[in-house]
Amino acid sequence: MAERIEVAIPADRPDPAGDALASRLAEDLGIRAEAIRILHVYTINADLSGEELERVRVELFTDPVIEESALNRSLARNYDYLIEVGFRPGVTDNVGKSSVVGIQDTLGRKLAEGEAVYKSTQYALKGVNEAEARRIARRALANDLIEQWALKSREEMGVHGDAPLLDLPIVTDRSDPVIHEINLERADEALAALSREMTLALDVDEMRAIRDHYRDGTTAAHRRGAGLPPHPTDIELEIIAQTWSEHCKHKIFSALIEYTDAEGKTRTIDGLFKTFVKGATDDVAKRIDWLVSVFHDNAGIIRFDEQFNFALKAETHNSPSALDPYGGAMTGIVGVNRDILGAGLGCKCIFNTDVFCFATPYFDGTIPERLLHPRRVLRGVHAGVRDGGNESGIPTINGAIVFHERFLGKPLVFCGTGGLIPRTINGRPTETKEARPGDLIVMTGGRIGKDGIHGATFSSEELHEGSPATAVQIGDPITQRKMADFLFEARDLGLYSSITDNGAGGLSSSLGEMARDPGGARIHLDKAPLKYPGLAPWEIFLSEAQERMSFAVPPEHIDAFLDLAARREVEATVLGEFTDSGYLECFHEGKRIASLSMDFLHDGVPRMRLKAKIEPPALRPEVIVEDTDLTAELKAVLGALNVASKESFVRMYDHEVQGQSVLKPFQGADHDGPGNAGVIRPVPGSRKGIAVACGITPRYSDIDTYHMMACSIDEAVRNLVAVGAKMGAIAGLDNFCWPDPVESEKTPDGRHKLAQLVRTCEALYEVCTAYDIPLISGKDSMKNDYSIGGTRISIPHTVLFTAAAIIDDVEKVVSMDVKRPGDAVYVLGETRDELGGSEYLALHGQLGVNVPRVNPVVARARYSALSRAIAEGLVASCHDCSDGGLAVALAESAFAGGFGMKLDLAPLGLESSIAALFSESQSRFVVTVPRGKSEAFEQQLNGHGLFRIGDVVDDERLRITCRKGLQVDASLAELKAAWQKPLGW
Amino acid sequence: MDVHALILTGFGINCEAETGNAFERAGAKAKLVHLNDLAADPAMLRAFHILAVPGGFSFGDDVASGRILANRLRYRLGGAIKGFVDDGKLVVGICNGFQVLVKMGILPLFDGDFAQETTLTHNDSSRFEDRWVHLKKEPATPCVWLKNMDSLEAPIRHGEGKFIPRDDTVLERLKANGQIALRYATAEGAPARGAYPANPNGSVDDIAGICDPSGRVFGLMPHPEAFIDRTNHPRWTREELPEEGAGLQLFRNAVAYAAKKLV
Repeated sequence: MAERIEVAIPADRPDPAGDALASRLAEDLGIRAEAIRILHVYTINADLSGEELERVRVELFTDPVIEESALNRSLARNYDYLIEVGFRPGVTDNVGKSSVVGIQDTLGRKLAEGEAVYKSTQYALKGVNEAEARRIARRALANDLIEQWALKSREEMGVHGDAPLLDLPIVTDRSDPVIHEINLERADEALAALSREMTLALDVDEMRAIRDHYRDGTTAAHRRGAGLPPHPTDIELEIIAQTWSEHCKHKIFSALIEYTDAEGKTRTIDGLFKTFVKGATDDVAKRIDWLVSVFHDNAGIIRFDEQFNFALKAETHNSPSALDPYGGAMTGIVGVNRDILGAGLGCKCIFNTDVFCFATPYFDGTIPERLLHPRRVLRGVHAGVRDGGNESGIPTINGAIVFHERFLGKPLVFCGTGGLIPRTINGRPTETKEARPGDLIVMTGGRIGKDGIHGATFSSEELHEGSPATAVQIGDPITQRKMADFLFEARDLGLYSSITDNGAGGLSSSLGEMARDPGGARIHLDKAPLKYPGLAPWEIFLSEAQERMSFAVPPEHIDAFLDLAARREVEATVLGEFTDSGYLECFHEGKRIASLSMDFLHDGVPRMRLKAKIEPPALRPEVIVEDTDLTAELKAVLGALNVASKESFVRMYDHEVQGQSVLKPFQGADHDGPGNAGVIRPVPGSRKGIAVACGITPRYSDIDTYHMMACSIDEAVRNLVAVGAKMGAIAGLDNFCWPDPVESEKTPDGRHKLAQLVRTCEALYEVCTAYDIPLISGKDSMKNDYSIGGTRISIPHTVLFTAAAIIDDVEKVVSMDVKRPGDAVYVLGETRDELGGSEYLALHGQLGVNVPRVNPVVARARYSALSRAIAEGLVASCHDCSDGGLAVALAESAFAGGFGMKLDLAPLGLESSIAALFSESQSRFVVTVPRGKSEAFEQQLNGHGLFRIGDVVDDERLRITCRKGLQVDASLAELKAAWQKPLGW
Repeated sequence: MDVHALILTGFGINCEAETGNAFERAGAKAKLVHLNDLAADPAMLRAFHILAVPGGFSFGDDVASGRILANRLRYRLGGAIKGFVDDGKLVVGICNGFQVLVKMGILPLFDGDFAQETTLTHNDSSRFEDRWVHLKKEPATPCVWLKNMDSLEAPIRHGEGKFIPRDDTVLERLKANGQIALRYATAEGAPARGAYPANPNGSVDDIAGICDPSGRVFGLMPHPEAFIDRTNHPRWTREELPEEGAGLQLFRNAVAYAAKKLV
């Protein structure tokens, strides 16, 4: 029988978590509860004696100083409604898992297989009615996709008594273990229907290619010899679909594209990736010497110093985060950590970056079916990334939160991670790895459940009614942390020859990739450890259950490998071996159930042929009213969601664990000014550092995606240069998030969306080659649409550009806050009338036309000159001008430093004061320079668009004179308040 | 003879590398030892002079911060650690390590026996926060880790740092013994008096760290190991600061004590 331990804070003590929830409900739902108390429920489904139960209740579950607890008795008091929320069967329950460990430690004995603890939470609500309680449960506490919940009034509880409120979440579903043969000899429409029914996400051409492969005589002969039926088995079809998914194969970036530009000229592009992404890196590689491993591993690797290499990767986790913001986002961050753990022979994660895109949290329209309110998505995603990063002990050193109304259709969750690895270990270079025939296949970490099945194919589709709930997983940072600790020990002992992470596509993907080197693999799926019984073999192979990595272990090291894993409490299981047979073979209970030609699996996907044609958008020129006093306008722009302070969110990330912090996210006298780039010094005793920054400008896409891309790259780069990074030492990552760009019935404007993708890639190539930035890794997510019941929302075309620079001497970097009165204030870089897509126009409900343009040749020279000046110690502060324009950068620099500025923008030469203050022209900085160093600074920067506009002053006011006289005059305190208030949650 | 520090690792202890580095910089030989390796060979502890339980999220803070690790240490290594303390050696718990020491009852160690008399629980804000705080040493404390120190800046990075004694008797006893080693303070060094953010979590009596009556066992929520270099400080780009981070002094004190009394 299951026993229930309830734990609560006694009524005479405050319950901070309950109070925090009450204020969140007031903010988010407008429901004002009189009081909320939170109770923790541990349901123990294990054979424990009464004495044992009492011991764990007292010694494990109850804090003797501040808590009370009871066994099989309700502790809720003084409430009107009681809500209990727990997981659905099969959903990762981290607290439950840790509780089992705690029980075993406390009792000094193991629990039996299948015995478990289930964690649930009770919310005792006082001063709400039933409708409100129900709304609280649905909209704030429980997500029906992953959680079950119960609601009872005080009276109902009187009748209900001490019985449990929720069912035990035990998985009882059993999948059909029978292997099905699937006949593909059917007409095109039937093939398309089959692809849809099985969530294969393959188009008719691809289905036909598979059918033809099975028709082929060689295939048929091989299958007869292998004892397999002539048609594909279900697992074979699933493996092919997963391997060929857009998510894994990047088919759109590989397609042959017939592109017609704005002038009507048509040309053929032989693959966007090959032409523009790899093309840029190949070109830049001729001029730099620090690339180590690009494009083919889990992450890009470059040289850090003589001893270490540096790995960088960013991923998106959009669709799962739309369905379950907390679990989806947490899976995103621990997932990209695993890319770094699996890069080369295994890198240590040294920082995270997190960039989110949401619709406004103040959205008050109707939320389309299956979507969650953006406020809930924001809170959930933030909490998931916060817990994932903090618990893993990886500092979050840079990021952004971006708002645009069309992210209602799909939120974007970008998670990035940097890693460090010694360049050689035991004399062996660490960037290469190769599984050899005869190496054993070992899976480590978490167990396999139905979680995340079809994640790879699901993310290759738009969000629709039938989007599977199983596509959602919840990360488990502690299981991963144990595995990471183990991995480094095994790595340093030389116990494996190859390693990769199990991400999208699960074992199917990781083993399919690893098997390419030796040329084959045999896998015994019945050996895989399962969370619960009842998985079909194909589900075992495709499950995206988290926190798993696959290793190739030479037979002579297997005992040492498994022994170390046991001592570190990491589950490790031998699943088979790598071969040189040319086939990926799966067995179940001794029977062969799949044998796929490695060549066909990896190279058999037909190349897409697509058409792209630019349809220039009809844009309306902006209408601007030039008021005299622009102080209120400045405050409004400072309070725009894209500009406003995100400090309350960022403070909740640990940004200095590992003790490497040099420049923190928030800087200045009171640690509240927005930094440009995060800087760390990852090797103790060394002054060498890494700076990381990001650029993301989706607002510009509605005018022209070419300039969106150029501006995103420029934003990331100037953030790095602003702290002192040098050109020629910067590496980049491109993460594309696009609405479906393939023309079809539901995407009639596919050609235009694809043409915009082409223009984006052109800009990527041109700016990166001009800046000498190699693209060392990247990812694309191409189906970011929402389409249910006639509502279609396509996200704005978005590229996150992450840039990282190796810094020679961290002691020379500068922060963004002004330092002392008397320093000279400069604008570096021309300000033009480029209000198109600006925050200013957005506030006035306009888009405009004049989108900012980057001149990379001019900018590069300027950047080189500025970083020289910083290295020579001529700069007191430097801040990049981006969202909101010059006025925002000036205000931020001033209030961060706590000193005012007296400025005159006449030297900028603009007719319009609005444009001077709020235009978002690129490649600009606000720089302050100590009095004695102005001359030297001007000598270095003259000719690079340098404008002296005034001084830092000893009072706390910002005064800006423009065409119409003193047009901005405000205290730093009111400017800071305007900037902090909107998101100061 | 060298001073040897054992830095505990495993199960979500996250700050072992920088804690080890801090001890090395302070002149000790630091060894990172996995909890299970120590549990398999508790006698190993005898070769060390200092035991450090670093910060992190052991077992994900599941159930309660530090609880599961505290239990594991108590059940598997309780005797060895007791012997270590009785031998006059030094123990420090930082952040999650402090939570562990408090919950396994090595602190406050009123009568020489392990017993939980205090706790560290959810911040009043109910949030995890990373924030630099000002700390003031209690002049009367015997804490050997804080010798010759008066105040310190360091980051707190926790969601469960609110210090609560069982009752007033426990609080008075802590005060009387000088066991309240470190308090949250304002920038000017005045008591925070519970006011956020100077007192970042609502700790009773602004308590940020306590020691045992001998001053050798010490636990604190802020992270001194995160302030080892000048460039770790949030205002190093605008203030004149010594090359060495102020947090290092704490480790130097321990190493100096061990070198004098234990080696």
